[in-house]
Amino acid sequence: MTARADASIDIAAGRANRSVLSRFWERNGAGYMFLVPWLIGFFGLTLGPALISLYLSFTNFDLLREPVWVGTANYVRMVTADPKFAASMRVTFSFVLFSVPLKLCFALLVAVALNRGMRGLPLYRAVFYLPSLLGASVAIAVLWRQLFAADGLVNMFLANFGIVGPSWISNPNYSLWTLIVLSVWQFGSPMIIFLAGLRQIPADMYEAASLDGASRWRQFYKITLPLLTPVIFFNAVVQTIEAFKAFTPAFIISGGTGGPINSTLFYTLYLYQEAFAYFRMGYASALAWVLVVIVALFTGFAFLTSKFWVHYDD
Amino acid sequence: MTTEPHRLSVVRGGENRLARRILSISIHAVLIACSILMLYPLIWMLAASVRPQTEIFQSGSIIPSAIDFSSYVRGWFGLRISFGTFFWNSFVIATLSIVGNLIACSLAAFAFARLDFAGRRFWFALMLGTLMLPYHVTLIPQYVLFLNLGWVNTILPLVVPKFLAADAFFIFLMVQFFRGIPRELDEAAMMDGCGPWRIYWKIMLPLSMPVLATAAIFTFIWTWDDFFGPLIYLNDMRSYTVQLGLRSFVDSSAQSDWGGLFAMSTLSLVPVFFFFLFFQRLLIEGIATTGMKR
Repeated sequence: MTARADASIDIAAGRANRSVLSRFWERNGAGYMFLVPWLIGFFGLTLGPALISLYLSFTNFDLLREPVWVGTANYVRMVTADPKFAASMRVTFSFVLFSVPLKLCFALLVAVALNRGMRGLPLYRAVFYLPSLLGASVAIAVLWRQLFAADGLVNMFLANFGIVGPSWISNPNYSLWTLIVLSVWQFGSPMIIFLAGLRQIPADMYEAASLDGASRWRQFYKITLPLLTPVIFFNAVVQTIEAFKAFTPAFIISGGTGGPINSTLFYTLYLYQEAFAYFRMGYASALAWVLVVIVALFTGFAFLTSKFWVHYDD
Repeated sequence: MTTEPHRLSVVRGGENRLARRILSISIHAVLIACSILMLYPLIWMLAASVRPQTEIFQSGSIIPSAIDFSSYVRGWFGLRISFGTFFWNSFVIATLSIVGNLIACSLAAFAFARLDFAGRRFWFALMLGTLMLPYHVTLIPQYVLFLNLGWVNTILPLVVPKFLAADAFFIFLMVQFFRGIPRELDEAAMMDGCGPWRIYWKIMLPLSMPVLATAAIFTFIWTWDDFFGPLIYLNDMRSYTVQLGLRSFVDSSAQSDWGGLFAMSTLSLVPVFFFFLFFQRLLIEGIATTGMKR
């Protein structure tokens, strides 16, 4: 952010020497005029509601009656007396823990494979990107429901080898895994970000390394990986936040229940149920703030540890 | 330089070429296998939507024994309200969202990128902060607000926030682009007596078509795919979007009519697929430069 435009606006401001307010307006009015829609949105739709939901999280509120202040009861109930909260935490953390690293590994592997001036790169890139563009829609969740059903495509395929697959969707041991597979299937957009990052690595580094007789694996380990850590870091943070917020596939695949036996009860799905099925708006607000704290803690942790493993070469 | 090492490297180069060839072929083989594996479910769904209903659960192949579009007709009229209504609703919401995002986000982005005013850094930092904030935190008070305004069951809660630049991501995207436009252009215009509005309208926007197109396409795809917003705000089937229509279809008759469900699912993907086919470069550049999640 430079202040180069200062000079020209100074000229405008210098014309008049009126009251402080009108001088402030002359200097800054244009900027604020342009910001008006965003400012209304920021106060009316973001900051205001966020503060109100913080307040509501300390109340019981069912939309019909006035909120009733209950202090920290919502938060206490969450940690001490709510097995569904515990279940949703377990499910969400398992989902994040498995889906994010798997997705990033795939994205990185494919990006590295594609990076070597590959023939047909645009075609491969398009094919791998398509799922992540379509993946968020209900249609794909519907398709997934069929793929992993008892008589679905996956089991039809397994039957060729004489394996009788279970109903993946309705078995609590596997249901979460179908959602993890769905998430990994959408590795396309982190892959594109990796490809952009790989292009930044100067080719002469590899040339120098291969003259020194470094193997491809060593080159990957000693050059590609360290130089790519900022991109890995970025992708990891973005994908983790997204994974914490995942909703649609779990909703569609479990029919909105988070079942079987809460095995796909994603945190956001639980929050939705509390708010819009049981109208416990105060409790749902508390859940929302816990989500914010989790995301903030994670992001903070990532930034704190980043100086030990992220390689910034400026 | 002596010739000896040079010759050596030529010999090694020959071996390398063979090794590289083998490596390259095997990488292609793996990538092609991956591509097929990834696209198979999509193609299978397309095939399932045009094959006779009885064949869907008999065959994992992607070649239908006969082409039969009756699933599309059944699916289209499979619910109390036809999918025509749902598609229309989705298009209206997506179009208004695009207009809102383009206007509101470009205004804010212009202020952040080009105008000098007290508190600019402060507001900009706050704007970036909202990017990280999970929307769940504003969800319930927003719902109460829209409920009191009588907006529930209308498209207003889905569209009006876009006119207030609630998708801060696009502000960020546009700020990045605007900063790349040479400042000399607006300084010269200012010398000629152009005010900020005219600079915005006559210089910035015409030069920003790529980023405006990117923002428009992503707005379309995100609002088209949005499920959570419509799920909360639209309760009357006449106001349903395509995504909600599909969800009702799953709940009501999926067990009996997979053909119709797959037909409507396929149709619901067509607009997004269209953007993928024709604007892939913009989408990929948009992701590569800003690190979008999808």
